[in-house]
This record gives sequence, structure tokens and C-alpha cells, in this order.
Amino acid sequence: MKFAVVVFPGSNCDHDAYYASKNVLGQDAELVWHKDHSLRGADVVILPGGFAHGDYLRTGAIARFSPIMQDVKAFAAAGGPVLGICNGFQILLEAGLLPGAMLRNRGLHFRCEHVHIKVEQTDTPFTAAAQSGQVLRIPIAHGEGNYYAEPEVVERLEKNRQIIFRYVTPSGDVTDAANPNGSVHNIAGITNDARNVVGLMPHPERACELAVGSADGLVVFQSAINGVGGHLKRTASVASTSGVVGVLDK
Amino acid sequence: MTPDPITDSVLERHGLTREEYQRILDVMGRQPTLTELGIFSVMWSEHCSYKSSRVHLKTLPTTGKRVLQGPGENAGAVDIGDGLAAVFKIESHNHPSFIEPYQGAATGVGGIIRDIFTMGARPIALLNSLRFGSLDDPLVRRTMAGVVAGIAGYGNSIGIPTVGGEIGFDESYTRNPLVNVFCLGISRADEIIKGTASGAGNAVYYVGAKTGRDGIHGATMASAEFDDKSAEKRPAVQVGDPFMEKLLLEACLEVMKSDALIGIQDMGAAGLTCSTCEMGSRGGAGVEIDVALVPQRETGMTPYEIMLSESQERMLLVVKKGRESEVERIFEKWDLHAVRIGEVTTDNRMRVKDRGEVVADIPNSALTDEAPLYRRPMVKPAYLEDAQQLDLSALGKPATSRDIFRRLLGSPEIASKRWVYRQYDHMVRTNTVVLPGMGAGVVRVKGTKRALALSVDCNARFVYLDPYRGAQLAVAEASRNVACAGGQPIGATNCLNFANPQRPEIMWQFARAVEGMGAACRSLEIPITGGNVSLYNETDGRGVLPTPVIGVVGLIEDADRVVSRVFRTAGDVVILLGVSRSELGGSEYLKVFHGLVRGTPPTLDLLREGRLQRFLVQGAAAGVIQSAHDCAEGGLAVALAECCFDTSLGVDADVPGVTIQALYQDVATLFGESASRVVVSVSPDRVDELLSLAAAVHLPAAQIGVVGGDRIRMAVDGRQVLDESLAGAEHIWSTTLETYFERSRAIA
Repeated sequence: MKFAVVVFPGSNCDHDAYYASKNVLGQDAELVWHKDHSLRGADVVILPGGFAHGDYLRTGAIARFSPIMQDVKAFAAAGGPVLGICNGFQILLEAGLLPGAMLRNRGLHFRCEHVHIKVEQTDTPFTAAAQSGQVLRIPIAHGEGNYYAEPEVVERLEKNRQIIFRYVTPSGDVTDAANPNGSVHNIAGITNDARNVVGLMPHPERACELAVGSADGLVVFQSAINGVGGHLKRTASVASTSGVVGVLDK
Repeated sequence: MTPDPITDSVLERHGLTREEYQRILDVMGRQPTLTELGIFSVMWSEHCSYKSSRVHLKTLPTTGKRVLQGPGENAGAVDIGDGLAAVFKIESHNHPSFIEPYQGAATGVGGIIRDIFTMGARPIALLNSLRFGSLDDPLVRRTMAGVVAGIAGYGNSIGIPTVGGEIGFDESYTRNPLVNVFCLGISRADEIIKGTASGAGNAVYYVGAKTGRDGIHGATMASAEFDDKSAEKRPAVQVGDPFMEKLLLEACLEVMKSDALIGIQDMGAAGLTCSTCEMGSRGGAGVEIDVALVPQRETGMTPYEIMLSESQERMLLVVKKGRESEVERIFEKWDLHAVRIGEVTTDNRMRVKDRGEVVADIPNSALTDEAPLYRRPMVKPAYLEDAQQLDLSALGKPATSRDIFRRLLGSPEIASKRWVYRQYDHMVRTNTVVLPGMGAGVVRVKGTKRALALSVDCNARFVYLDPYRGAQLAVAEASRNVACAGGQPIGATNCLNFANPQRPEIMWQFARAVEGMGAACRSLEIPITGGNVSLYNETDGRGVLPTPVIGVVGLIEDADRVVSRVFRTAGDVVILLGVSRSELGGSEYLKVFHGLVRGTPPTLDLLREGRLQRFLVQGAAAGVIQSAHDCAEGGLAVALAECCFDTSLGVDADVPGVTIQALYQDVATLFGESASRVVVSVSPDRVDELLSLAAAVHLPAAQIGVVGGDRIRMAVDGRQVLDESLAGAEHIWSTTLETYFERSRAIA
């Protein structure tokens, strides 16, 4: 079971996704440079968070032109599981792999904090190991996470059960107060028609060890591993930092 | 070279005195060209030369068994075990942040990050220490909102978490905010890279953003007071490009792994001038460059402008002969273009050419060793004697403890800073073990069992009232904070923010503060491995409170044994370590209720402080301490409340009253700010163990309460004085800043 984590020049959660898959979950993982043209035989592709090309233009607007995106598109078209986290989600929108667009957070501020999201659907490669309706406590860190799509698109997403994660209260209620950025229908993550490409604003890779505040994000990785038939082998207890075979650098 | 006439007005524009100009003539043996004069003016500016402060800074302790790099390089470094080094420094960006808050603060973050990765370290944590005027002033709110957004904009984009910091408020900062940014990185202890040029014929490379006219004379600006014309200096503030810096960071770290590099330095203050001459000077070599080869953003730039530009995100590298193409290829990978602009020479001179014609030719030593050194006159400030007098009886009957408690929780100084740190990405890199607002920032060191606790602190009111003791208290507080988390303080960096050193009273404050800081660091065995001095922090003749900020790095041996500020379990026993005295001097209470900065700061026994800190580190390592929180602004009552916030646990405490006139006993007991006190919680079955450990090291420890319930209850000597709902108190504390800024947006 192998993860490919795409590295755009301004990615900054690439090593976190790599660390979660490799060091916490004990899977094979490789960082793939955005100018390359190979996904190195990976079973799952992650587009990580960050500011791919500085994002002075719309977030992700330039990243979709990176050479690797042709391979990501082909991989997705062939049914391969693709996960876009935060900036990765924004890139999937710009690349047309997912519908809709991002606006600035309604409060106009960047927000970094733990939020609660509900797993709405479990028939995707990234939620299969979760319970339907399960509430996860996972951090967000973004300035443009206010998901927007035309009403008819949102209607279609709802009808086709393509809304995968929603911002909720700790007890699972969909309320406006639980929505950190003003996204339409409290959307935190969606999938495509074929249900193999998932994008979400929260950071599951930051929630894989209790030592850093939450291990609720593990279920996202675990789902992918189960789906590919990989063997889950953790190199470290999720509750502890001890024994983690770390990497000083990328 | 045809020298232009150097008139008094030319000198004034360069911030040089007649005497300093004479010195230039002496060391040069001829009249300098205008380009050379510009080079001297920035290298001899206060900001670059430390001409007023150096004689005092020399007295600070800078060595220790863990110190790998002391002052003099881009940053300091200490050994943290496992063959690794923590590389860290704090730096100010005060003046630019007043003129243009967003960019001023953003480029401050960019500058300190470059200092860290220049040493070969990957930056993993940022902290900041900020000072603003009163938030009732719309100008201040605008400044603070801009500074916070600027720090967020840069740090978030580059992907380095901002894990902690502190913010203080005082009217003296209204038109001169302080923005001090601390950065820490990790490198292999044996792979620290220096800013050195050596080996004649080795190529000198320029890489990064193109050079523009922005920031010319930034260093000189940072060395002058502000007045009405300061707004006109806006072109001297640079604009940051965090994406460019991210590329530089990754590319430089990749180049450093190749061993093709001799040395590297960022172009910060004084830009190309400073990097060229400092690298040559450190390596005992010369550097010759041709400005025509420097990538330029604008047309028609003169050598003078190119040498003095402070455009951001630029680096200077010296590459081993024969390895050039290897280095160029790495930069190309990151879409950066490394340009060869010169080479290393043997003659210890900085030689600048423009299309082959020499436009500046100066011995390195003239710019560095020969820079003026001032032992500026000092005099004890006239305000001190009066300000140290505090007559409580003149203040009348105090408000009720309940009113004081609630108002202090709603004071911006004490209130939760969530509105601020929520704008900072504080979790990227997945190392943040203790989140902002929960005590010292703590980051684990991946690949090891260890973690680092980081804190930046200074109570400027204490320094104002007694610079010597105030600076000691700053060191004690910062190191106590990391000790509370379980970290043994192993190194420090300082950022000394003062007003105009040409005023003898300010120079006296500075000298006494440095003495106090040195004495405290020696006693607590915390070497200062570098830092920054920011003088001339005054606007229209009004100086800021003397603010010597100190950042302390603490080493936690076991990242699983980290302690935070909050109570953990109902039924745990609350213990006060240390002793409360009748000390209201310089307190938040006096400031909030009486508008006074008055009295003498709390006393400090450094030996007892050291015992307290060692006890905290051992107690954390032994797993006996459940939570630990320092008593600072707002005293014991606020500290106890803060232990409850962000949990749903209340507290019921009964504390011994201090000896003072009856009318003020409750105020002094609950809200006095005596030093060396920490509130810890312990599970009931380990209380005896903790108390006997404390007794063994002669540390006063008293059981004062129990964790639990949904109220904050406090008694003094058995007499109930406070009984507040936890939810009500927490609401005040957690919404204060947000309320200020949402209101300000409504007005804007």
C-alpha cells in the first residue's frame, strides 16, 4: 500500500501527510515533485495543504497547470483514490476534478483551530472505515475555505450524496455557529460523481496522534488503507510520541 | 571615482555626525564616494553597529556547556541531544510596523526565518512579543489588526507554526508599537552553517528576489526617532513575498546538504552591503562584486541604491570552486535563478564595481571593527524616585474583590489572546504539543523523545520602575514558564527595546536592564546566545516603556511528560509553590483601577527562583505535576482562574492572607504580583510525595484548594471573598479581544 504526496513548491503540509502515512501508519509513502510525470505506482494520491504557488492569485489557480496534475487527472479518471486536503481541495476545484469554488472566510480572517465535522457518507475511499454520522474533531487552518457553488450544483451534491463532511457542533448538529467559514450548507468536504476523489478543508493529517491533540483523522487514512487492501501497521502508539521513527527533514 | 562634495545636509540624510564623518575620512585616508558614504552610514547605524549598546552587551553571559554558537552569527545554537541543535533568535521590526503594520510585521517574520535557515536549520516554530497602545484608540486597533494579519500572512504561508507569544498594552506604545519575532529551527549539531566567505576565487552568488528601490535606508530609519514626517518614510518599508521565501528556504536547505557551500548569509538590514562585508570579515577574506550583475526589479538603479536596498527574500552564497553548476541546478529546480555576482578575494576588502568600474573599495575592518563605539553618558532618571513611592492609603477604599476580578479578566493584558492566535497557523508540521494560550509553546522534536518549551516575556512596567530588577523578573518569568511545561531552560535570546540612547536617562535604563538580565541569566545558568537591540523607540519625543524582551528555550526530555496550564481532573489538590507578599507595585491592578505605574516591582530571590524551576522540571519528569501555571499579571486570583479556563473544572481555594493594611489585604493577596509563584495541581494520592519533594529543596509549598465544581471560589484565611460562576468569568476573559475588534470593524 503506497501513498504519493504531491509536492508543489509552496506546499507546507506535504511532510505532515507523508509523516502520517509513513511514520504513524507505517505505510509506504513517497513525496512526488510537481514537475515530475509519475505517481510512482502509488495506490492513493494526496494533494496536501499549503500555498501551492504562493496563491497570490486564486488559491490553487496555478497549481492545476503543474505537470503532475495531468497524471493526477488520469489516475482519478481511472478510478484511483485522490484526497485533496485544504489547499489540495482548492487545487481539485481549480483543476475541475471537483465542482464549486472557494471564497474568503466570512470573518475575513485566517482561522486555525479544532472544529467538529460529521462524516455524512461512508461510501468513499476516505470514509469507508468511519461510522455514518461519526463526529470527528479535526483542525482547520485556512483563510479561504468558504465553499461556494451555484444553488443547482449544491442541490445536485445533496441529491447525489456527494457532501462527505459537514461542520457541526460537538454533538453533531449542523448549525451556523458551528460553521467556521460560512461555507454553503456547512460543507467541509465533497466528492466527485465517481466518488473516488475527495476534497476537504480540515486537516486529518494533523489529527493522527493524541500527542498533538487528536487522533480522529486516522480514520480517513485507515479507510484508504482498508480500501486498497493494505495492511495497517502502526509504527507508534497513536497516544504517544515515543518510538516514532522520525524524520528530521523531508 | 569622482567624489561628490559631502555637505552637512548629505551627512544628516545619512544619519552620520560630523565626528563620525571625520572617522570615515581617517580610516579611508581619502574622501569617500557617495556610494561608500551610503555603505558607511548603514554599517555604522545603530541597528547594524550596536554602537551605543555594544559595551553593555559584552557583559552578558554567552557561554555554557550546551552552547554551540553564541552571538556574532546569524543566530545562536544550543545542543539538545541526539546530535541535534536548536538554532534560535529573536529580532525586532518595530519601526516598519508602525509605518505599515501588515508589511512591517510580515517582513519581520521573513527576516528572522532567514536568519534561522541560513544556519542550516529547518525552522519549526515562531513566537512573537508585541506591544501596542490602548485598544480604546482606533489607531491602535488598526495597527494591531494589521500586525497580527501580517504575521499570520507570512508565517502561515511559509508553513512555520506560530506556537506562542505575549502581547502587552501601554499608552507609550501608541505610536511606536513593538513587534519582536522569535524563530527556532533544528539542525544537526555538526552541520551548522556559518555566514563566512573564504577561499580566494570562490564564486559569490546572489539568489532570490530581484533588487528594487524598497527599503533603502531601512537600517538608518530604525536608528532614528519618529516624528510627523515618518509617514513619508513609507518607501523604506519593504514588501514581503512569503512564497519566494518558501522557495529560498527549501532550495537553500537542499544546497546545504550538498557540501558545495562555503557560507551563506541573508540580506536583511543593510542588504547587500551588510552581507558582503560581514561574510568577508568573518572569513578573513575580501569580497568583490559587480552591481551590474545583480538582478534588478527597476531600471536605472544606481550602485548606491543597489547596495543599500533592503528588498526582501535575497541571499548571498559563497560556493566551492567547481561545484557551481550543482548549486545552480538545485536553485533551478525551485524556479530560482542563482546569479554569480562576484568572487572571494584575499585582500580583506569590500570592493564594489559597476560594469567593471570600482565604485566602492573599503577595508572590511573599517566597516566592522572600526565602527564607532559609544560609551554614552548615563544618568539615573528623575522620575524614578517618585514613581517608586506607592501610598495605598491615598487611593481610598478599593473596589470589591469581585469587581476587581472581573475587570482584570477583561483587561486586554490578561484576557485570552485567542482572537490573535486563531489567525496564526499554530499546528502545521504536527509538532505542537501545547497549543497557544495553554502556557509556554511546546513543540516536539521528531525523531527523538524530546520536546522544546518556548516562552517570550517581559513586564515592561516592572522594568520602568526598576530596570535592573525588572529585567531580572523578565528572565525569571520566561524561564519559569518553560519550567512549568517541564522544560529545563538551556538558552535564551534577547530583544532590547528602548527609547533614544542619546538621552542619558534612557541609556541608564538600558545599562541597568542589561546588568540585571546578565545577573539573572548567570544565576539561573541560562546563556544568551544572541539577540537584537532596538533603540530610538520614541515618537514625538515620547519614549516607550523600557522593554527588554527575553525568549527562553527549555528542553523537555520526555515529550509524553509535558505539563500545561490547565487543571486536569476534579478532586486534584491545588498547591501554591512560593510565597505571596504584599506586593502591588507595578501591578495590573494599579494600572487598571488607578491608571498608575507606580511602586517598586516584586522582590526576586534568584536562588529561590532557581530551586523552584528545578523542582518544576523534576516534578514534571516524575509525572507528579498534573498542571502548572505561573502567577503573573493579575496575581494569584487570575492564575487560579486561568487554570480553570478551557476546562470545565472550577476551583475552591482558601489562601493565606498577606500582611498589609487591612483595607488592602484582599487586593494584595489575590491580585498582588509577587514573583516565583506557581499554581500546580496534583492527584490526591501524590500530594505527600510532592510536598516532601518541595520540603527537601526548601521550597515553600502550601495546599490551597481542590479542583472541581462549576464555580471559582476563593477565600482569604477562611473568609470567602470571591464566588463566581466559571462560565461567567470565562466569558469575560475569552471574549474581550474579539469584542474590541468586532466593534472596531463595525466603526470602520
